[in-house]
Amino acid sequence: MAERDPGWNVLEKPAKPHDSAALHVSGEARYADDLPEPRDLLHLAFGLSTEARARIVDMDLAEVRAFDGVVAVYTAADIPGVNDVSPMAHDDPLLADGEVIYHGQAVFLVAATSRDAARRAARLGRIEYEPITPLLSLDQAREAGSEIEPVQRMVRGDAASALADAPHRLEGRVAMGGQDHFYLEGQVSIATPLEDGQIHLVSSTQHPSEVQHLVAHMLGLVSADVTIEVRRMGGAFGGKETQAALFAAACALVAAKTGRPAKFRCDRDDDMVLTGKRHEFEIGYDVGFDEEGRIVGLDLALASRCGASVDLSPAINDRAMFHADNCYYLPDVVIVSERLKTNTVSATAFRGFGGPQGMLAIERIIDDIAASLGRDPIEVRIANLYGDEGRDVTPYEMQVTDNIAPDMIARLRETARYDERARKIAQFNETSPVLKRGIALTPVKFGISFTSTHLNQAGALVHLYADGSIQLNHGGTEMGQGVYVKVAQVVADVFAVPLSQVRITATRTDKVPNTSATAASSGADLNGMAAHRAAMTIRERLVQFLAEEFSCDAGEILFTPDGVHVGSEMLTLGEAARRAHIGQISLSATGYYATPDIAYDRVAHKGRPFYYFAYGAAVSEVVVDTLTGEHKVLAVDILHDVGRSLNPAIDRGQIEGGFVQGQGWLTTEELVWDDKGRLLTHSPATYKIPTASDRPKRLTIDLWDGENVQPTINRSKAVGEPPFMLAISVFSAIGRAIAAIQPDSRAYPPLEAPATPEKILAAIAGHRSS
Amino acid sequence: MAISFLLDGETITIDHVDPTATVLDYVRYTLRRTGTKEGCAEGDCGACTVLMGEADGTGGVAWRALNACILFLPMLHGKALLTVESLKRDGELNPLQQTMADNGSSQCGFCTPGFVMSLQGRAIGALGSALPAADVIAGNLCRCTGYGPILDAAEQVPTLPDETLPSAQALAALAKEPASGTWQGRQWFAPRTVEALVQLLADHPDARLVAGATDVGLWVTKALRQLETVIFLSDVAELRELSETDEGLTIGAGVRWAEAHEAMARLHPDLGELVRRFAALQIRSAATVGGNIANGSPIGDGPPALIALGATLTLRSQEGARSMPLEDFFLDYGKQDRHPGEFVESIFVPRPGPDAAIHMSKLSRRLDSDISAVCGAIALAVRDGTITTARIAFGGMAATPKRATHCEAALSGAPFSAETFEAAAQALSEDFDPLTDVRGSRAYRLEAASNVLRRMWLAQQGTAISVLDCEAIHG
Repeated sequence: MAERDPGWNVLEKPAKPHDSAALHVSGEARYADDLPEPRDLLHLAFGLSTEARARIVDMDLAEVRAFDGVVAVYTAADIPGVNDVSPMAHDDPLLADGEVIYHGQAVFLVAATSRDAARRAARLGRIEYEPITPLLSLDQAREAGSEIEPVQRMVRGDAASALADAPHRLEGRVAMGGQDHFYLEGQVSIATPLEDGQIHLVSSTQHPSEVQHLVAHMLGLVSADVTIEVRRMGGAFGGKETQAALFAAACALVAAKTGRPAKFRCDRDDDMVLTGKRHEFEIGYDVGFDEEGRIVGLDLALASRCGASVDLSPAINDRAMFHADNCYYLPDVVIVSERLKTNTVSATAFRGFGGPQGMLAIERIIDDIAASLGRDPIEVRIANLYGDEGRDVTPYEMQVTDNIAPDMIARLRETARYDERARKIAQFNETSPVLKRGIALTPVKFGISFTSTHLNQAGALVHLYADGSIQLNHGGTEMGQGVYVKVAQVVADVFAVPLSQVRITATRTDKVPNTSATAASSGADLNGMAAHRAAMTIRERLVQFLAEEFSCDAGEILFTPDGVHVGSEMLTLGEAARRAHIGQISLSATGYYATPDIAYDRVAHKGRPFYYFAYGAAVSEVVVDTLTGEHKVLAVDILHDVGRSLNPAIDRGQIEGGFVQGQGWLTTEELVWDDKGRLLTHSPATYKIPTASDRPKRLTIDLWDGENVQPTINRSKAVGEPPFMLAISVFSAIGRAIAAIQPDSRAYPPLEAPATPEKILAAIAGHRSS
Repeated sequence: MAISFLLDGETITIDHVDPTATVLDYVRYTLRRTGTKEGCAEGDCGACTVLMGEADGTGGVAWRALNACILFLPMLHGKALLTVESLKRDGELNPLQQTMADNGSSQCGFCTPGFVMSLQGRAIGALGSALPAADVIAGNLCRCTGYGPILDAAEQVPTLPDETLPSAQALAALAKEPASGTWQGRQWFAPRTVEALVQLLADHPDARLVAGATDVGLWVTKALRQLETVIFLSDVAELRELSETDEGLTIGAGVRWAEAHEAMARLHPDLGELVRRFAALQIRSAATVGGNIANGSPIGDGPPALIALGATLTLRSQEGARSMPLEDFFLDYGKQDRHPGEFVESIFVPRPGPDAAIHMSKLSRRLDSDISAVCGAIALAVRDGTITTARIAFGGMAATPKRATHCEAALSGAPFSAETFEAAAQALSEDFDPLTDVRGSRAYRLEAASNVLRRMWLAQQGTAISVLDCEAIHG
């Protein structure tokens, strides 16, 4: 069984690099835009809204249509089926219909014989708008009562009384910005019309099934008429979970209406304007605590800017609530979550999915408490950790049964020499007037499972060919995270063959149907288990067949790296497969897996939404220039829990990459909108993700040597999202460095995220005046 | 007429050249070499990095890592091009590729060919290859790995002279004549001498001059502008000359920033550091010192430093040459003192004297490969405890790169003291009334700019002021 199959020895094998590594470095790995272009291909571009909120009075597209090379121009009226590319609420039109709800929204679609012609023509639309005052900020939306769903509350005990009785009490607020995904491969799709109205799409999407269903509805087809294929994405990070559908649907519309293949490769700037980002949050808190800094009551208000449509905002904001405890026990607590609707591009999934915002809230609260008591924040963190009975239940009433955070923090504190460095940093700061250093240790506890319980399922399809080669397909999509290689390792181990004997194939909706998005860090957990079951089905058939054929016990048949032992005989897998084929045994099987034991009551916000938790902790040391607001991350030590790793090299890559991406969110990556609702940071010239020199010069990553308490595939743990939040240690360390300008102050600097030089100088000024 | 270039030893000739077609599109969609990727089409992500070789004038071939997305096709004439597909030979990855593959240097893999080409440039001694690996790849963005496995791989790969690369003779034979052509009624030229350039400009005074195309490239890829007559400057030999004497540096307008880097660092280390942080290597290997001045950008990083150092600009036309203090060239936003038919020929930067006190600060959201919110340069002469002259210029603070005259007045003739610097810092608010824009607010710019003065004083007193000089505390 999946728990501990004796045939598995994944950890004993050398860590494998990415299955496509050789193709990546040679340039031979094919992404959507690298595929040979078919004859008669049309290239697409959108005409974009120039208003954040307006009624469309008139559209004059004559010049667009007349532009040399333009073959077709479509508006909402040309859509045969449902004008919708949204994941759930039917509120994201493919093309604006009568109104626009954010600046840069797709209003019309141009198909031309060249990309250049399509893009040039798309700028020639003359659209008359009747503007309506847009709601851009959280305050404006709140005042107008504009929300994507009613305020949600997660409540345990009586926070008001606990606060009233608390020995100490603090109020505070912190704002944190959103984040652009900046996948290096922009949004792209190619549609090919097939016979009898069917359509095939290559889409750079994390969610082929959703694209399939939306395209079918949009064209008035059924799902069986539409096939989506994705071999790999050039990065996604949540930005291709729902956002890819817009571009795929545009291609499908053109292909269906013109009968010609159509490609939409979006320009980077348009991509940044058109597609959703991480939610910007504002946090307000009222916390009561004792002399040790132990929280006795918390009233926490989370408000997020969800943008112009619902998208996945309900689940994202739920996850923010679920992670507002992080590793800490909150006895009497109320978490209020406002989901505000604004005339900005709809915020969407992004690695962590609301978790980072919730977690940053509680870590700021802890830092604030520590400052007010004059204690080292690490002591306050430890004082608040989940513990034994009585301190082991989350605000949503899930029992924490795998609490390794205290042990991980203790070990990392030791190996990173936190205390000694904190002392030396304090000495440094005493004698350094301009440069101030800070150090912080922050932990991570991240819940693993889709919180919409039914999404926790996956399918796989495994073929054993009569020559012994294996083809593997499953619902997981490859965006660089290594889910393909991990799942292939699982299948290779079932048959005890080298990984090279397993051919990994592109994710396709005609091979495995009704899949969930590759999201929520779940790809390897779900698809690995489904593929394991498929492979085991074939292996069991082989065993049964060979036992009969060779008149031996099933127990005498062993799959080993040397071959298949059948009693005293030895066969290659190819020989065994050939015999089974002649013996009329099916060598193809599907596998299916659904996560057990989880259930959640969303109305009450109670239950067990997560199968397990993944943990981590990081120590970051930073230095801040208090005259310019510049900073540098000097050293980072990470201890992270991936359970019993399927592939340590891949997992380390996820940890480092997640950390640096989180560092970007909290430091250099600032989204700026103007007062008309226009995104000003729509290119890498103005939106700054980390570069190589932003990576801390010293970065150590250790894997926690435990295994998952739950029987996951190989007892491994999900790794995609959790490390992102290790970067909160950077933000916390910057806060402490700023605090060092007034070492005797009991206030905490009012630092907002991202900690740009300007925000750091503002926090310094705010701290000086506190 | 046609252009010709070498690709993996093979001569490629293009008969009819669209002068603003990009090398990236040509490589991807005509040559079908799809390993070179488009990540941004504006020279900021490096996914399209290729290597271009040109005769270095002394019998060798000089290689540069460039962003193909903003490189125009005519700029390939007489050059050698390497794309990521050039590296794998006989079905085998080259040592750099193999090391990166083994090292987990790729995740999604989309940026990977660009990193391979930047680091391959370092391996074969391309321009800037003496820089640390992190600087060589500062213009390559990766969103997956966190960069560690790429930097590790870079350190493992030694310099690999590649004997299969083409020779200068092969390049000379390839393109005996300067290129020019007509595309859909629009003319373009790529002269090789100042004489020819003078004549062309006399004939086409409104022609668009394109040097490195790192700015004009975006007019085409992003603004979708159509350029009329274009004159490419990169083959004009005299403009590529750099001479270093005791008096100072004379920099031909066509000298690229990366080519001037070491000589500038010898003028003053702050200038060297400023150049290191000027965009990233692929841009510095294309962008010219003259172009950075001629485009008149208020946020170009070159002019403030060069103004503070007392640089002189020389322009030339059929009427002859004229020179002016660099600051006088910048008249207003988007308006420079360049007459029709004139071009920027060279910049002379005097070597700072022994009594000079110099400080330069570039402030940006990200430390590498970012555009300044504020870029300040201060050059003082200090004799016997008194500041005898002060030249101060800022970028990002006004519609042009501009001298801070009130600030200079507060320093000139005053004692070299904390009080003087404090007065000078405060005087800046009389010099500048900056805008609030995407890179910073008015208030931030004013505060940060005045702190540049305060930091200079502290630095002069030996106080540590740079986060870049810090190492982690070892417990």
